Amino acid sequence: MMTTLAVQMARSLSGFTLSLDVKFSLSGITGILGPSGAGKTTLLRAIAGLDAGQTGRIQFADALWFDSEQQVNLPTHKRAVGYVFQDARLLPFTDVAGNLRFAEKRSRHRARLIDWDDVVDTLDLGALLKRMPQSLSGGERQRVALARALLTRPQLLLLDEPLSANDIQRKKALLPYIRKLSTHFSVPMIYVSHALDEMVALTDRLLVLREGESIAHDTTEAVLQRLDLREVSASRDAGAIFAATVVAHDTALQLSTLSLGAQHIFVPGLSLVMNAAVRLQIHSHDVAIALAAPSGLSIRNVLPCRVVAIDADHGSPFAELLLDIGDGLLRSRITRASVLELKLAVGDAVYALIKTVLVDNTSAS
Amino acid sequence: MDLSPVWITLQLAAATTLILLLVGTPIAWWLAWSQARVRPAVEAVVALPLVLPPTVLGFYLLMLLSPQAWLGGWWLQVSGSALTFSFAGLVVGSVLYSLPFTVQPLQSAFVNVGRETLEMGATLGASPLDRFLHIVLPLSLRGYLVAAVLTFAHTVGEFGIVLMIGGNIPGKTQVLSIAIYEQVETIQYATAHVLSAGLLIFSFVVLLLVYTLNGRRGFRVS
Repeated sequence: MMTTLAVQMARSLSGFTLSLDVKFSLSGITGILGPSGAGKTTLLRAIAGLDAGQTGRIQFADALWFDSEQQVNLPTHKRAVGYVFQDARLLPFTDVAGNLRFAEKRSRHRARLIDWDDVVDTLDLGALLKRMPQSLSGGERQRVALARALLTRPQLLLLDEPLSANDIQRKKALLPYIRKLSTHFSVPMIYVSHALDEMVALTDRLLVLREGESIAHDTTEAVLQRLDLREVSASRDAGAIFAATVVAHDTALQLSTLSLGAQHIFVPGLSLVMNAAVRLQIHSHDVAIALAAPSGLSIRNVLPCRVVAIDADHGSPFAELLLDIGDGLLRSRITRASVLELKLAVGDAVYALIKTVLVDNTSAS
Repeated sequence: MDLSPVWITLQLAAATTLILLLVGTPIAWWLAWSQARVRPAVEAVVALPLVLPPTVLGFYLLMLLSPQAWLGGWWLQVSGSALTFSFAGLVVGSVLYSLPFTVQPLQSAFVNVGRETLEMGATLGASPLDRFLHIVLPLSLRGYLVAAVLTFAHTVGEFGIVLMIGGNIPGKTQVLSIAIYEQVETIQYATAHVLSAGLLIFSFVVLLLVYTLNGRRGFRVS
């Protein structure tokens, strides 16, 4: 199901003007990426109708939510959005079940099949229902907030850095839940964060904001291949994502073989289901380059490829390379010194040595 | 001993508290959220009874409520009796006099609820009234309790304003504080002792209640 959200807005913020004209094609998870202060939260709050004072127009499918010229401004409680805040904002005077009931009683689209038991099961809240919010951990609170937002049966779920209050361990534990929600309940989501790793793990499409302007808006895969965006290139989490299929298991050595078009990639462990579609993530700092097929090397994944682009920005010791592996593009981050020494140029046939492959098997699509 | 002053005082305090909780809520709400430029002025007016001598307030009220003035004249036409030197007039005076004791605790309770919490309610589909009834009220219960107790107690302790607009009519407008005054004037110390000690103990218990309520950690929004 594809819904369009058209946002045209202008609003002056401290130091710059947020000025946007974006059409979101909402299905799955759309990410809004940018450093803090780029206008991400302002945009999200405008979509929800939480702030006054901007000009422009916001239309969700057939419904006009905001138009400063026609003086239309649908109040938040009448927009079909759910919102998950950075801080969970649970009602402190009632237990978890009470918080969920509060949302369900006010849910705007009773016909939609988001079922209480299903939500509670999916977010593993069964054991927490009788607990008071004050006694929950940060991660648990955020799971309750997600469930509560879902039970309003929204047509669009907005998430504003829901993981930022959590440490890395909790963050890793929450990511699969969010991914699962979007596929299981088929509610489109807009997910705001400054963390590229969350975007890579979650989103299907990505809008990059810089100082109030949209500088990229495409599939996450395509944005991740851009060498010119510092929001991507400067991150430790820069890399490429691929859809792959599990084609073989080696039970003796405990390795799985994944096919990426004509190329094969080996990953340790046998937990993946045969023939399952999985999402692979390969960080650019995990990809080294060799001019010839190397021998005497412990790295299992060596892919023949061709250099498509080189970005050797003089401000950094590193260069970013884009490599064509036949069925997708791989990113590699090596030193500029290596680029010079190997005399790498666009069009060269080389070998990509991949140290680590991350597999996300919750994302079967 | 004539106990009618006790009864009148309690009636007056109860009526004043009830009216002020109803009237004070929208005023406190507006003061908590308004960005209007006149807000400091309104805040100052609400706080005036805290600093004005009750006689000043009583004097102006007497001017306003007398049957010759427009408000007093209108009341006389509508109800058939004068506002001055009547129980109804006492209630009007008490409501104005105790206004800050209701509005200030409520205002700080509403500010404590926070804009964030109201936004959360809106995103869950709650209308403004729904948000007030089912989010703000439960979160402000302590504020309401403090406001009610303070207003009630402050009304019980009134003297100057009551004397100015209510006079000293036994069984009608003679409240406790004035009865004590009269007992002392007529050298009836025994009765004055009983009434004064009663008021002293009552006031202490009320303040103890307020500070206990204020001291306890209440609900906090995570």
